[in-house]
Amino acid sequence: MVISTKNLTETKSMTVIQAINDGMRVMLEADNTTLVLGEDVGKNGGVFRATDGLQERFGDDRVIDTPLSESGIVGTSVGLAVNGFKPIAEMQFMGFIYPAYDQIMTHVSRIRMRTMGHFSVPMVIRAPYGAGVRAPEIHSDSAEALFTHMPGLKVVCPSSPFDAKGLLIASVKDPDPVLFMEPMRNYRASREEVPVDSYSVEIGKGKLVKEGNDVSIITWGAMVPVVENAVQQIENNGVSCEIIDLRTLYPLDQDIIAQSVEKTQRAVVVHEAQGTGGFGNDVVTSINDTSFLYLKAPVERVTGFDIPVPFSALEDHYLPTPKRVQEAVEKAMNF
Amino acid sequence: MTGHFPMRQIIDDHGNLLDESYKKDLNEELVHRLYFHMYRIRTFDLKAKSLQRQGRIGTYPPFEGQEAAQVGSALALGDDDWMFPTYRDHGAMLTFGANMMRTFLYWNGRVEGCVPPEGKKIFPAAVPIATQLPHAAGAAWAEKKKGTKNISIAYFGDGATSEGDFHEGMNFASVFQTPTIFFNQNNQYAISVPIDRQMNSETIAQKSVSYGIPGVRIDGNDCFVVYLETKKAIERARNGGGPTLIEAVTWRTGAHTTADDPTKYRNKEQGADVVDPIVRLERFMKNNGYWDEKKTNSIHEELKVEVEQAVEAMESYPKANVEDLFDHVYANPPEQLLRQKELYMEQLRR
Repeated sequence: MVISTKNLTETKSMTVIQAINDGMRVMLEADNTTLVLGEDVGKNGGVFRATDGLQERFGDDRVIDTPLSESGIVGTSVGLAVNGFKPIAEMQFMGFIYPAYDQIMTHVSRIRMRTMGHFSVPMVIRAPYGAGVRAPEIHSDSAEALFTHMPGLKVVCPSSPFDAKGLLIASVKDPDPVLFMEPMRNYRASREEVPVDSYSVEIGKGKLVKEGNDVSIITWGAMVPVVENAVQQIENNGVSCEIIDLRTLYPLDQDIIAQSVEKTQRAVVVHEAQGTGGFGNDVVTSINDTSFLYLKAPVERVTGFDIPVPFSALEDHYLPTPKRVQEAVEKAMNF
Repeated sequence: MTGHFPMRQIIDDHGNLLDESYKKDLNEELVHRLYFHMYRIRTFDLKAKSLQRQGRIGTYPPFEGQEAAQVGSALALGDDDWMFPTYRDHGAMLTFGANMMRTFLYWNGRVEGCVPPEGKKIFPAAVPIATQLPHAAGAAWAEKKKGTKNISIAYFGDGATSEGDFHEGMNFASVFQTPTIFFNQNNQYAISVPIDRQMNSETIAQKSVSYGIPGVRIDGNDCFVVYLETKKAIERARNGGGPTLIEAVTWRTGAHTTADDPTKYRNKEQGADVVDPIVRLERFMKNNGYWDEKKTNSIHEELKVEVEQAVEAMESYPKANVEDLFDHVYANPPEQLLRQKELYMEQLRR
């Protein structure tokens, strides 16, 4: 569901990274308690240019270059948020978020519960994630499962420019902290017409990317284009695929999954993070809970292997490929 | 570095004023306020320890011996300032306005104990070590951005100086010149590990040099120097002078917690020469004509009653509400969480 009070007819062609930049621009304009902080987000406009031009426009007391200090960025954001500001904190890469893990796990996600709602720390932690762009090692992690296992936090992961802007705005407006995962592989991969004004895409709602009848492929983030690519091949062989982009991992849209699986009666879950302990397992569990008796075949998973995300020379072998998706669909169809 | 950061004192162990020039700052009202609060939190602390032994509350970390540090610093704060304490700072929290019944509740495993009185900016006690330092920097940064004169104070122990968040908090505060007081209670032990195993520096105060901020080392068992030096640092912070690191040297008289046995790592001689901070203040009061036996006895009586009443209120507090498990995790609990709640509540009714 898209929520807006404004006229959304005026649009502009944007990439994911431009849409994210525009989402921050909109929120900095709308509310002067909104802050952007992180490493290189000011003068440099971010290593991916996500914050390009924002400091120039809103000043260095609102778009703030911080020390190189992930725990410090999130920890001071706790203090800023509890005291009336709305920080949008950037982790330069999700692979560098781990020093802040303690702050997010122990404080960001818990303070509302620990004070029975007396204190809360609404904030957005942006984290570019994922492999496939030939980044140096440790830059390519997809660590969503560490954070979906963290009650008190919401985990959002858009794949398209329109959703990126709308979900970022929704995240900034959310009364609870949100981890906002950005598929860096999608940053400049495609363009879409995106409204120039403010609008929200509801957190916790998946999107039906493509309707189909024979199998549901459930995915998110950087794997959406991979699945779309695979589906073109698969449909040449006469199998009709439905694609669900979850967009939010927690809270999970169990209804959209159930609806689709109950129609197609077969499901494949695709994500790039390691399979063991991966969030795909929660999707399978959800299908088990809601739709087990509709299934004609076991739910297939296509995931990264249970290895640390490899160096870039072999990352294409780690990441799910259209071919692997295709074979998983065949397996589900031929069960 | 002890030369650069000599330990400042106002009264000695015998309660004698070391520098007459301070006399003007030590008025009767202040002396009595310090005494009242130190005795108050001592009464609380001893009661909590005894309740734990009787199985009436859970594990408890006593702060006995650190009353001057906690009361002196907390009394220096203004009503609109922020406090970021640790689990051993309930003395400071009570002095700053935390509710005593709720403090007992906290140590009895009740989340209600983290809820401060309306308008009191007391963050729940930090349980991991040093994570509250960045919070204090952030909250003070927010005050600076709003253009107020409010400040924040972060409490932490000697062990915390070994953590990354000590550095990250101090560094942010110094880079952005936030009005933050980093109030260290160096009680010389982090559970069993002594200060010389935490650091190779002679003092904690000298660490301020690396952040380019003022640092001061004080006798943490001298309530006057604690109060006045904290006040000075707060005034500087209020007026745009940025953060200060205060090292209050003190001594943890008892165990780390009621589950700890300090005889395993400290011998009897250690700490034997430490004069209890309340005794020191009493000596000063007696030396300087502030002591009134009758009045003191009635204060003791009054505090005993307050503590007993708080215990009674804690013990007759309504039972923990199971629904609270689910209701405060999100502003609007997601459907999947509501379903878990519904199923569990139904199971309980069966």
